[in-house]
Amino acid sequence: MCLGVPGKIIDIYESNGLRMGKIDFGGVVREACLAYVPEAKIGDYTLIHVGFALNIISEEESQQTLELLNQILEMEEDDSTV
Amino acid sequence: MKFVAEYRNPDRVRELAVEIARQATRRWVIMEICGGQTHAIMRHGLDQLLPENIELVHGPGCPVCVTPIELVDKAIRIASTQNVIFTSYGDMLRVPGSKEDLFSVRASGGDVRVVYSPLDAIAIARQNPAKEVVFFAIGFETTAPANAMALLQAWELGLNNFSMLVSQVRVPPAIHSILSHPENRVQGFLAAGHVCTVMGYWEYHPLAQKFKVPIVVTGFEPVDILNGILHCVSMLEKGQYQVANAYARTVSERGNVAAQEVIRRVFQESDRNWRGIGVIKNSGWSIKPEFAAYNAEARFEVGDIQSHDSEICIAGEILLGNKKPHQCAAFGVLCTPQNPLGATMVSSEGACAAYYQYRARTTGDPHG
Repeated sequence: MCLGVPGKIIDIYESNGLRMGKIDFGGVVREACLAYVPEAKIGDYTLIHVGFALNIISEEESQQTLELLNQILEMEEDDSTV
Repeated sequence: MKFVAEYRNPDRVRELAVEIARQATRRWVIMEICGGQTHAIMRHGLDQLLPENIELVHGPGCPVCVTPIELVDKAIRIASTQNVIFTSYGDMLRVPGSKEDLFSVRASGGDVRVVYSPLDAIAIARQNPAKEVVFFAIGFETTAPANAMALLQAWELGLNNFSMLVSQVRVPPAIHSILSHPENRVQGFLAAGHVCTVMGYWEYHPLAQKFKVPIVVTGFEPVDILNGILHCVSMLEKGQYQVANAYARTVSERGNVAAQEVIRRVFQESDRNWRGIGVIKNSGWSIKPEFAAYNAEARFEVGDIQSHDSEICIAGEILLGNKKPHQCAAFGVLCTPQNPLGATMVSSEGACAAYYQYRARTTGDPHG
């Protein structure tokens, strides 16, 4: 239930007064409610829980995390060769 | 898939495990709160990559597991009522009540339906105006925005045949309860990344300070989990006790403010009984009085139910991190996913189910 899957927003529309969207999970397309991510636009990646998008995944933060990890792990490799 | 493949890179996973081993100079006990993380750890064998002096204990973050038996019994009573369509997330159907489960209600002719989202339950209520439609609104902070929005939607649409049976719980009071337990062994926490997606991590600073424990917001892929453990070990080794965010692509300090506002509009804080653990003060949410018309507990006669849990099951000890699943005499013998004694054996987020699925042929714990 707390497992959210990242998916790509491929369509945005209104239904019963709620902002809804079509989300592509690597080929499987499902509907989700976008009411909690008013900033969402087509092409964004989002995390879906029980049919609701709960945030937009940040490409920039993802890159920073990976770069920071690479730095930590490379530093360790450098240390071990001294 | 984007945001998945790079966080499953096997080289990076191995390098992280080596770095954790390099930094850990003594024994540390770390709890991952979320059952989704427990399953990811078991599925990817991450516990077996870690050095012997890092022990992972599995927390109570399994919504199905902690839903109290009296709520399951109430669900069964309501689902057995004539003219009711009872809707639920799939995992709840096999959770044992005092005498039976929701599956057996369905087998006896009850209209019990699995839904993917609470909005599906709203759609069923609109399609069936002559029926009472009840949704079993369980979960942690991750389901609260969806469940709260469904209730608001019912209210806005003027649906008078929809109600919710609510068992909504929160992580921070559970951490407080675990750390206050006299037998507590946990020295650091991996906070549940998706709970923090909703709530942020501003609630965790007072806990880290009061109990002097590091808390690291952690994601669900193998690299995320080991990155969370590395942050935690690094702070433990330095004697630091802060809240760190190792899942920044998804979580911010404030969380999803719009979702928090809707939660606060519909729900109010209340004491909650956690299955196997007991009542934790202000550990959950209940429907506010102004929305009482949508409260299934007020709408159906369920006040007189007497519940009793299995006397053999040690799920409470497991949810508190005091015991591991294979330390239960019933594990894999009297208690299996097909015939569960406790909810931890049922759920896709339960620790016993994870050990059964991935470690059934071993002692369960790679470090004994």
